[in-house]
Amino acid sequence: MGAATAALAADPVKVGFVYVGPVNDGGWSQHHHEAAMKLKEHFGDAIELVEQESVPEGPDAERVMTQMALTGADIIFATSFGYMDQVEAVAGKFPNVKFEHATGYKSGPNFANYSARFYEGRAVMGTIAGMMTESNKIGYLASFPIPEVIRGINSSYIHAKKVNPDVEIRVVWLNTWYDPAKEADATQALVEQGVDVVLAHTDSTAPLATLEKSGGYGFGQAADMAQYAPKPRLSSIIDEWAPYYEERVQAVMDGTWETAATWSGIKDGMVGIGEFSDAMPEEVKAKATEVMNAIVDGSYHPFTGPLNKQDGTPWLAEGEVADDGALAGMSFYVEGVTGEIPN
Amino acid sequence: MDISLINLVPLLMAASTPILLAGLGELVVEKSGVLNLGVEGMMIVGAITGFMAAVATGSPTLGFLGGALGGAAMALIFGLLTQGLMSNQVATGLALTLFGLGLSALLGQGFVGLKPPATPKLPVPGLSELPVIGPMLFRHDLMVYLSLAAVAAVWAFLRYSRPGLILRAVGENHAAAHALGYKVTRIRIYAILFGGAMAGLGGAYLSLVRVPQWTEGMTAGAGWIALALVVFAAWRPVPLLVGAYLFGGITVLQLNMQAAGVNVPVELLSMSPYVVTILVLVAMSAAGAAAGAPGSLGRAFHASR
Repeated sequence: MGAATAALAADPVKVGFVYVGPVNDGGWSQHHHEAAMKLKEHFGDAIELVEQESVPEGPDAERVMTQMALTGADIIFATSFGYMDQVEAVAGKFPNVKFEHATGYKSGPNFANYSARFYEGRAVMGTIAGMMTESNKIGYLASFPIPEVIRGINSSYIHAKKVNPDVEIRVVWLNTWYDPAKEADATQALVEQGVDVVLAHTDSTAPLATLEKSGGYGFGQAADMAQYAPKPRLSSIIDEWAPYYEERVQAVMDGTWETAATWSGIKDGMVGIGEFSDAMPEEVKAKATEVMNAIVDGSYHPFTGPLNKQDGTPWLAEGEVADDGALAGMSFYVEGVTGEIPN
Repeated sequence: MDISLINLVPLLMAASTPILLAGLGELVVEKSGVLNLGVEGMMIVGAITGFMAAVATGSPTLGFLGGALGGAAMALIFGLLTQGLMSNQVATGLALTLFGLGLSALLGQGFVGLKPPATPKLPVPGLSELPVIGPMLFRHDLMVYLSLAAVAAVWAFLRYSRPGLILRAVGENHAAAHALGYKVTRIRIYAILFGGAMAGLGGAYLSLVRVPQWTEGMTAGAGWIALALVVFAAWRPVPLLVGAYLFGGITVLQLNMQAAGVNVPVELLSMSPYVVTILVLVAMSAAGAAAGAPGSLGRAFHASR
């Protein structure tokens, strides 16, 4: 590799990153940015990094990626679900540029997608939430009605229910990834309704800041958010993108890059589980560790039957495991979750 | 469904306070004949300067002062450009918003993840012990009371005071006001500074009370809502208060309804704050003596013309 890097040093590989939020949001975008920084550290002068933050999902993203491609980017990482159609459009226009899209499901010859099995992390968080709630009401701040978010809600609920048959889940849809004031208001609304553990699927630390003020527990989302430990932050789902980025950029350098649909979980290190806080009793830590270990060693899949859909129709029979196709397109709640999914 | 007004009203008032403060400031600015579209930029700068001041001094009060100063400093830039150099107000205002978003991100680099000192609640002695009304209306922080006092003050100032009359005259017809010997540019600069300070206060309320933390871009469009409220309220303070509380109220209500598991389609709930606010304010301005926009709104003034 040394020789190859040296040979390429004169003409560095140009790597583009597009973020949906600011790079210091404390969550999703910041973690992608930090992974990009690790990438730069790893490759040094062999790569040139171009980053664009706070790019809205929609036509603006197409403009930004076109600009990157025109200015010589070799590979572009588009790090939000809502960039999917724009990536597809730009990838069609620049067949020699490699595109990598996070958390989507489309792909093409020069257009790969990658995501993490966050629902595995949600299974661990759901277990903790189910055991920690005293009111038997847990809350979920949902962003957009896409399969990734719906999987997170279902996985959280299924595992909270397993350890606490009386648990209810309240879902609040915000229609945004990033609006700290709205996230704070929604968290407050959940607390007012008697919810005492809140899982967030938005990008800022506002839910934890609110819980710190009003009481209740929450989790770090996308980043560790350890500054809110031991209370209200109990644990966290951490996105570990750096190894994937290093692998893919290396493939571009070696000329071995191929389109792929990567979906890795806790086992491969793409989903990290943050340290359990001391606010959790030993039995909760033990149970959460047990669930996590079972997922890692493959003896347990978070979506294992018997499971019914919300309307009571059977989905998975006893012992049956959901296949990746069904998970990738999940558009329904499992039985027990109340409310409707907006379209 | 267990949504009670006792829970809802305090949340509503807290959620509405930033847009109320910023809207009230912009109302005075527009009454003087100046259109400042930079409210969002002044708010976000107020949010970070207020946050910085509060963290540095440990005092939320000084934090709010810092927010007001930050907003006013931004407004001063706008004032010098539009009043002194007679630049286009619309373009300058938009530029101010973009500048404010960037500047606040820069200033806020070292403040991400910090926690501001808590702003204490100030229950009104006696009144806060009243059943129902007490917890709803009299257990807020200082800024909520101040924002309501500011509505009353602006209303009385514009309607009954001589300086208020002069300000309106300048806004309605700056040439005539000038002919009468009033210092049009100076009066407008004062109004612009007031508007900036109020927007800054609104921003500081977001970062110190409502969230409370600093995150980039945290105003997330609140400044534009404040601007829209001024127009919908037909440049009158009391309808502005109604509009702000209505908007904040429905926003909080829809989140509470979702949290309470009420079976109403989420799409309807999400758009309800906008729809209801527009409908009510349209009805209000249709029913009332519709005060139109100030006559000289957005027009540059120079004594030679």
